[in-house]
Amino acid sequence: MATNQEHVKLLGATGSPFVCRVQIALKLKGIEYEFLEENLATKSELLLKYNPVHKKVPVFVHNDKPISESLVILEYIDEVWKQNPILPTDPHQRALARFWSKFIDDKIVSASSKSVFTLDEKEREKNVEETTEALQFLQNELKGKYFGGEEFNFVDIAAVFVAFWIPLVQDIIGLQLFTAEKFPKLYNWSQEFLDHPVVKETIPPREPLFAFFKGRYESLLAASK
Amino acid sequence: MADEVILLDYWASPFGMRVRIALAEKGIKHEYKEEDLRNKSPLLLQMNPVHKKIPVLIHNGKSICESLIAVQYIDEVWNEKSPLLPSDPYQRSQARFWADYVDKKIYEVGKNLWTKKGEEQEAAKKEFVEAHKLLEQELGDKTYFGGDKIGFVDVALIPFYTWFKGYETFGNINVEKECPKFIAWAKRCMQVESISKSVPDQDKVYGFMVEIRKRFGLE
Repeated sequence: MATNQEHVKLLGATGSPFVCRVQIALKLKGIEYEFLEENLATKSELLLKYNPVHKKVPVFVHNDKPISESLVILEYIDEVWKQNPILPTDPHQRALARFWSKFIDDKIVSASSKSVFTLDEKEREKNVEETTEALQFLQNELKGKYFGGEEFNFVDIAAVFVAFWIPLVQDIIGLQLFTAEKFPKLYNWSQEFLDHPVVKETIPPREPLFAFFKGRYESLLAASK
Repeated sequence: MADEVILLDYWASPFGMRVRIALAEKGIKHEYKEEDLRNKSPLLLQMNPVHKKIPVLIHNGKSICESLIAVQYIDEVWNEKSPLLPSDPYQRSQARFWADYVDKKIYEVGKNLWTKKGEEQEAAKKEFVEAHKLLEQELGDKTYFGGDKIGFVDVALIPFYTWFKGYETFGNINVEKECPKFIAWAKRCMQVESISKSVPDQDKVYGFMVEIRKRFGLE
């Protein structure tokens, strides 16, 4: 627990699943921070200064030192603020947590988005197949209430994308990508996770986010005509 | 109880080289198993059912997949000597960030450089130089990315240097001219025993790349 005046800032955008990950970790550990909302269309001087390499959110700033990439940020937060740990202590368990979080980033994020935000049916089919296979692997990994066991951990936090963002975007086109029927265990996990007080208070409001993504899909449609 | 350490690998893989270097740095006795990637062993498929890829580190029967995850695992378990990650959390975060950058950028731009043609290749050349210039900037005046000794980022990055003869030949690029500091760093790394004894020489990798280009009709 920080005893001195720690200066903690988070550059983010409401609606970003990657920013949400960081916010969940901060909330879990009871860390106070200043949230700076970025308009991703017109990136601020501060964002460009703090993340010149990728120019993306989230950027976590601790005592004026910036850190980018959500999973890198999560590891840092866990190392500095030791209460409510999100990574296990056992090295093999840690390796597994890192593996599955990376798996979500590499195999699920892009494929699931491409399953929705495309007008090419072949492209959609291919990505649906990839996402389905990946979700199956992820579901098989779930051995308890959460990926972390009795308490949620690093993998659960990384998987907030699956719990909240996939159901939301798939509704835009009525795609049955991640459903209770197809993935009963994973679906149950998502409901438990989203219902957890820390997560519930952190995820963005559904309606405005849905409208935003729907708008994006409609632009895609319009551009093709 | 003696540790049983096995590495499933492929000699030309830069990702495999990372784990080899880490094992060598720490002086870890292990069994090296070369995989035939066109005929993957039952052990590989059992130990990495998700990706079916090398490298896979197997420690007392438990597998660790993904090269940077394996390197971190090695650093955490064999923590008495040659630390690869810094002890300061902020420095650690920066090391992870840059290793992630290498993963996201370097493999991809390198691959495009020697497998694409025309405009795509020209674009790849530009990206390649930009990425390496950025890394030069990050290195600054340090001997290695890890400071006075090699660290996580050095281990993540140096394997790609073994592919440079192919990148330069097929990509029509002179890396030393564009990024002299990068090459100087790479040459210093190749003087480090754990690196030089863990990676193949550029000529051997070049021969491999020639074969691949023939096989996939990339000429």
